[in-house]
Amino acid sequence: MFDLTGMTALVTGASGGIGSAIAKSLADQGATIALSGTRPIALAEAKATLGGSAHEIFTCDLSDGAAVDALIPQVVEKMGKIDILVNNAGVTKDNLAMRMKDEEWDTVIRVNLEAAFRLMRAAAKPMMKARFGRIVSISSVVGATGNPGQVNYAASKAGLVGMSKALAQELASRGITVNCVAPGFIRSAMTDGLPEAQKAALLTRIPTGDLGDGADIGAAVAYLASREAGYVTGQTIHVNGGMAML
Amino acid sequence: MSEIAERVKKIVVEHLGVEADKVTEQASFIDDLGADSLDIVELVMAFEEEFSVEIPDDAAEKIATVKDAIDYIEANKG
Repeated sequence: MFDLTGMTALVTGASGGIGSAIAKSLADQGATIALSGTRPIALAEAKATLGGSAHEIFTCDLSDGAAVDALIPQVVEKMGKIDILVNNAGVTKDNLAMRMKDEEWDTVIRVNLEAAFRLMRAAAKPMMKARFGRIVSISSVVGATGNPGQVNYAASKAGLVGMSKALAQELASRGITVNCVAPGFIRSAMTDGLPEAQKAALLTRIPTGDLGDGADIGAAVAYLASREAGYVTGQTIHVNGGMAML
Repeated sequence: MSEIAERVKKIVVEHLGVEADKVTEQASFIDDLGADSLDIVELVMAFEEEFSVEIPDDAAEKIATVKDAIDYIEANKG
């Protein structure tokens, strides 16, 4: 089940905790990975964990529209095709709405939402020709529930869900599925740094009583990327330990 | 009929799965050949590949009939 042998997957934000776990999960199922991000050293470290030699690194600043538009053609040229696109990269610029600067709003929307749109638009072309494609965008529980201090982030993550549903309808007849995975609280450098009391309070809201791991997200992405998930499109899989049941 | 017209019609027949005799030059992709907007996008991509031409979005939007496609390709083929 879920054999991705022979497939090529672009993962954005591949040097981050969740991104590198997604890349690992897809590679473990046999996919060849195009790792995209802004930090070459961290990307090389992520690539080194994958095993196999065909994986490639593409540095790309997702706040630069022209660079984003060039990314899919670069991947197709170097790796021959693209079967799977994982829009994982995301940034936060938290602030209360009343204090939020235009720039904080713009940056989050541009990187989290607009770059994902540009990549979907570009990837649709080779996927349509191939009559096969898997697009998975990493949303967030916050996109469904909201979170104070994150109007920009919540809007971008909810935006991914709506955008994916629209695109799913446009492309379903061509063998292309478009879905989201919405993580809850995932163990990371950020959550490791939380004070114990705050961590304990957080865990009381999570029925499983634990934070998630990047691998939990990677597993959901690997499923949606598989041929077996061909009848699943326009959906969001919530991977959050039950903290929000949607 | 020109060689370009023949190749255009062949692509239309293959992509839309229609009878060759229905693909007249006056035939509208949407009204006569049952294409939807996504089919048109795909046809344009197929023409670009077959004839090595770039068909920009504003030109693609004006291609409604088989003749429109043939004319554009004949005028812009390198």
